[in-house]
Amino acid sequence: MTPLSARGSDGRSHLKQTSDTFLDNASAALKDTDRAQRRDKMALFMPRARDAAMDDFGQFEELRQHVKQLRQHSLEHLDHYLTKFEQEAVQNGNRVHFAENGDELNSIVLDICQQHNARHIAKGKSMVTEETGLNDYLKRAGLRVTETDLGEYIIQQAGEAPSHIVGPALHKSAAEIRELFLAKHDLGERDLSETSDMVDEARQVLREHFLNAEVGIIGANALVAESGYSMLVTNEGNGDLCANLPNVLIICTTIDRLLPRAEDATAMLRLLVRSATGQPHTCYTSFYSGPRRVQENDGPLETHIVLLDNRRTEILASDYSEMLQCIRCGACLNHCPIYAAAGGHAYGWVYPGPMGSILTPLLTSLEQSNALPNACTSCGRCAEVCPADIPLPDLLRDLRHDEAQKKLSPVRWRTGMRIHAWFTRHPGLYRAVTGMGIFALHLLGRSKGSFSKLPFASGWTSQRDFPAPQGKTFMQQLAAIQREDKARAHRETRGKQKKPTQSKPRKKSTGPASERREPVLRADWPRKPDPRKPGAASQRKARPDTSTKPRAHPGGPRGKKPRQRQPDDK
Amino acid sequence: MTSTEANQPNPPASLRVSLFVTCLADLFRPSVAFASIKLLEQAGCEVTVPLKQTCCGQPAYNTGDFASAVPVARQLIQQFEAADYVVVPSGSCAGMICHHYPRLLEGEWRERALQLAAKTFELTTFLNDIARIKRGDRPPIELPSVTYHDSCAGLRELDIKAQPRALLQELCDTQVNELQQTEVCCGFGGTFCAKMPDISGKMVGDKLASAVATKAKILTGGDLGCLLNIAGRAIRNGEDIEVRHIAELLCGDLDDPAIGQGQ
Repeated sequence: MTPLSARGSDGRSHLKQTSDTFLDNASAALKDTDRAQRRDKMALFMPRARDAAMDDFGQFEELRQHVKQLRQHSLEHLDHYLTKFEQEAVQNGNRVHFAENGDELNSIVLDICQQHNARHIAKGKSMVTEETGLNDYLKRAGLRVTETDLGEYIIQQAGEAPSHIVGPALHKSAAEIRELFLAKHDLGERDLSETSDMVDEARQVLREHFLNAEVGIIGANALVAESGYSMLVTNEGNGDLCANLPNVLIICTTIDRLLPRAEDATAMLRLLVRSATGQPHTCYTSFYSGPRRVQENDGPLETHIVLLDNRRTEILASDYSEMLQCIRCGACLNHCPIYAAAGGHAYGWVYPGPMGSILTPLLTSLEQSNALPNACTSCGRCAEVCPADIPLPDLLRDLRHDEAQKKLSPVRWRTGMRIHAWFTRHPGLYRAVTGMGIFALHLLGRSKGSFSKLPFASGWTSQRDFPAPQGKTFMQQLAAIQREDKARAHRETRGKQKKPTQSKPRKKSTGPASERREPVLRADWPRKPDPRKPGAASQRKARPDTSTKPRAHPGGPRGKKPRQRQPDDK
Repeated sequence: MTSTEANQPNPPASLRVSLFVTCLADLFRPSVAFASIKLLEQAGCEVTVPLKQTCCGQPAYNTGDFASAVPVARQLIQQFEAADYVVVPSGSCAGMICHHYPRLLEGEWRERALQLAAKTFELTTFLNDIARIKRGDRPPIELPSVTYHDSCAGLRELDIKAQPRALLQELCDTQVNELQQTEVCCGFGGTFCAKMPDISGKMVGDKLASAVATKAKILTGGDLGCLLNIAGRAIRNGEDIEVRHIAELLCGDLDDPAIGQGQ
């Protein structure tokens, strides 16, 4: 693959990254039983909501293939669509800025705010600005930034990072939010006993912020190249208020949000919302064209669109380009049992779950986050529901490959795997060693049946017993049966007048297997025709008949192309 | 596998099958391999066991050590490519051959991997869809109540869902007592369970709790990795549920102690 260069300090996010302590973060998160239980409930509820919406829709697979093609086409022709988008957006009166990295985006935004002497910023939900650490940057410059998405507002008040890319405050209980509002807001006599009281409270407070803000900042779910419009979906309408009430609007997004046409954006929308929340539609879907026109009496006077790269062109040129198809629905988080166990904060940066375990190493560095690609059992549930059909487990495995290549994984794992693979390539030795080891384990464990502790498997035995092997290995037993049968055949050929006697019943073979033991014993290949079977040879001849051929497996092999990264695969 | 019927109007009287035992069955539970042979023979197949087989290479592959996995994959292809059918009593090993070998290998080896993939089947898929095993006039195998864990690789890479249930119905007259979230991973994940024990422990704990909630006497499945994991947790927690591979159930081999149980 094209290696991703080490990241300079200029592009570094201001969010302190703790991905390297993922295991400890996750263990701590599991001990917080209240939050862990809430995550379990979400892990039950969210997939059900998504499944119900998709069942209702009925054409998930067809549309996801369409959306995937759209995303791939747009990415393959990114240069064309970026130019087109810029032309159209400028035509509509927008100013378009390109930011190479997070700091560039931050300084472009700050410049615009300062040009307008802005003090108050109303901000819609945007993971891109989480990635660049925009809020902290603007705050350090003396600006007051207010998040206006309810979830984002809550975690901003609490001084926390989002735990989920769609529901940033999903980790907080209603009681926690109530405590937070009681501490941060001037509530007088009100105690916010009902959830609706809390929502009303946030709505009242946020209204003031919308009206006072000089600049509004929002993100985008898609950029439409043919028109220069950007699309945003929200459930609260806060994006529209950020976009329309302040005099200046800044849209912060990334270059990979591009789609050719409006109908492509709406095709994506149909999967995005169902995948994210199980709704057929969000409450608000907006297309922003540009500043207020002469005959119009509302809307911003000035609009800017800041397009961030932040390594996306590098990813596009790498073996991880499929990751750019992501539409940020969060379905992979909702379906990942590891996300449910560990929680979003354990991942230690902006993007958690399967998509985050890929994006974090790509956008920061594998050195800082190599635990994340290992937080995967390759169960494939994420890829199954991904509306952009990204082979997430394959990309995670490829990152583990990079991890091994860079020698970042623990040396005992790397050596262990090499030794295991070496043994498996030497069947005789493998048999001898496993035969002895397994039988020893069997003898030690047979009375109890399992081990509660084993010196070389503490990771396993810390959570479960280690089942003892049943006895001799299958291959040892098979060899014993073969020896016995060979001896029997020998006796039979010499056995003159004596009728062949039944050999002692084998331990393992009862029923039809022992009656017809011959096939089991014949381990040579290709087999010779069985002379005792009438028509055996003719049957074999008939076999190439296509009607008896097994059909290919559903879907065929995964992966669009053979990987280019086996140095010794000559 | 809905189109199988159309593709396979008349399976030949005797299918020649090469059994890939898998390393876990070879080492930990040979009864799975013996049961697989018995079932295949019941279904009228001729079974051979290539003697030099070892492992499919998943441990190295999934850890990202592709360089070590490549020769293991090539070795398996060489040992099995002359077979008419390759049958594997494990969804994840069959998935490795069918989906991941063509991804791992290149050039001529990729072609050979694709050819092998086309004739490689997980055991229950082969028995149900290709060999179409029938109980015939044998009495149904009597089983206590059974719940089933859908192992991830088999489920999502090979569409194994209906086949084991159909076989339990056909051969044992048994309907699966379904566990909640049966399609959610048990937390095994190969080396994952040792690398991330706390998370894995939480996952297998959830799986076991769902299984226990069904009040089934036996939990079964098609992948020994998952079954060793769940059985180990059941013993650790002192839960009264037996864990057995689907092949053992289908041929009524319940005399051996269940996975992890003492003699």
